[in-house]
Amino acid sequence: MNNGLLNWFKFASPQSFYPLAGKMIPWFWALAAVLGAAGLYIGFFVAPTDAQQGEGYRIIFLHVPAAWMSMFIYLVMAFWAAIGLIYKTRLSGMMASALAPTGALLTLLALWTGAFWGKPMWGAWWVWDARLTSELILFFLYIGFIALQAAIDDPRRADKAGAILALVGAVNIPIIYFSVKWWNTLHQGASVSLSKSPSMATTMLWGMLLCALAFWMYSIAVALMRVRSIILERERGTEWVRQRLTSAAR
Amino acid sequence: MKARQQRIALIVGGLAVLGIAAALVLNAFQSNLVFFFSPTQVATGEAPKDRLFRVGGLVKEGSLSRDADGVTVRFVITDTVKDMTVAYKGILPDLFREGKGVVAQGKLGADGLFVASEVLAKHDENYMPPEATKAINDAGSREINEKAAHTLKQ
Repeated sequence: MNNGLLNWFKFASPQSFYPLAGKMIPWFWALAAVLGAAGLYIGFFVAPTDAQQGEGYRIIFLHVPAAWMSMFIYLVMAFWAAIGLIYKTRLSGMMASALAPTGALLTLLALWTGAFWGKPMWGAWWVWDARLTSELILFFLYIGFIALQAAIDDPRRADKAGAILALVGAVNIPIIYFSVKWWNTLHQGASVSLSKSPSMATTMLWGMLLCALAFWMYSIAVALMRVRSIILERERGTEWVRQRLTSAAR
Repeated sequence: MKARQQRIALIVGGLAVLGIAAALVLNAFQSNLVFFFSPTQVATGEAPKDRLFRVGGLVKEGSLSRDADGVTVRFVITDTVKDMTVAYKGILPDLFREGKGVVAQGKLGADGLFVASEVLAKHDENYMPPEATKAINDAGSREINEKAAHTLKQ
């Protein structure tokens, strides 16, 4: 192992990750605020009205970033779960638990904003098409992960059980993403994808991408805050936490 | 190191098996996961008889008409190959337009008239300001047909 790799592994220990996360959080909050303000400004004041949907289309500035992040966070959660199972690092399980509530929140936001858009545009709050149903399953996977971990008292066993659920559920992510391609769905196809140029006006696209970045930064910031409290809770018996807490109290 | 490699192999293998299983199950359910049938599929008898199902396609240009009772609307759903006449009593969604995507749920009568209980508008993935739409329309009908074919293909 070279030195670079060794340094990197140093932060796999909760004790050294805790202060690092503390230093990073304000930066991610600042980025989220700046990008979010820029994205929402472009989205609501600069981007033109859509030819078909009128002003109602502006829900995409929240809906699409929330839906993207809901899938992406699940993949990151599954990644940490796999690392935790393979390397048996304590921090990996904590990261997975810290990401789950944010993922669930964004999934709910995607479903909710989608319903608000669907009623006027489609004529229905909800339809059981493949895209909507698989996204709802994603929400249940997040809730199931949180519930399963909460039901097991021993944190190491809770991490293990949660990790297996997270990995099994990862199968759902490609299903959500490709559902609009594989089946006839009411939900429209992807406007933005890696394989073709985006089928939307440039300013609309910029607003959406900035909002997506803002959601991303927000997710990192809250996940780091959450993982810090999980570290304190789980490592409360250790010397470094006791020292930190007593020095903070003084 | 040995045990760790075993765990990696177990996880990768497990995910692969799970992925294949999911692919097989989804493949088996393919027909049930279809949200709507196209008029061509209905014509070839793929759609269920005596049961509610959905038909999707484009609203044929100039086909929308209102019955004498003032609430029943009739229009033709087309996939550019086959047509189907739909009767619907109710309020049409905002995005319902001639030449745009639509999904209707209902029953097919013996006379070939599809009586819909619900009509949903299907939006395509194009987002653009009105000026851009006008420019495309001015450019000629070829692009419109291409776009229409694309909307159907989704």
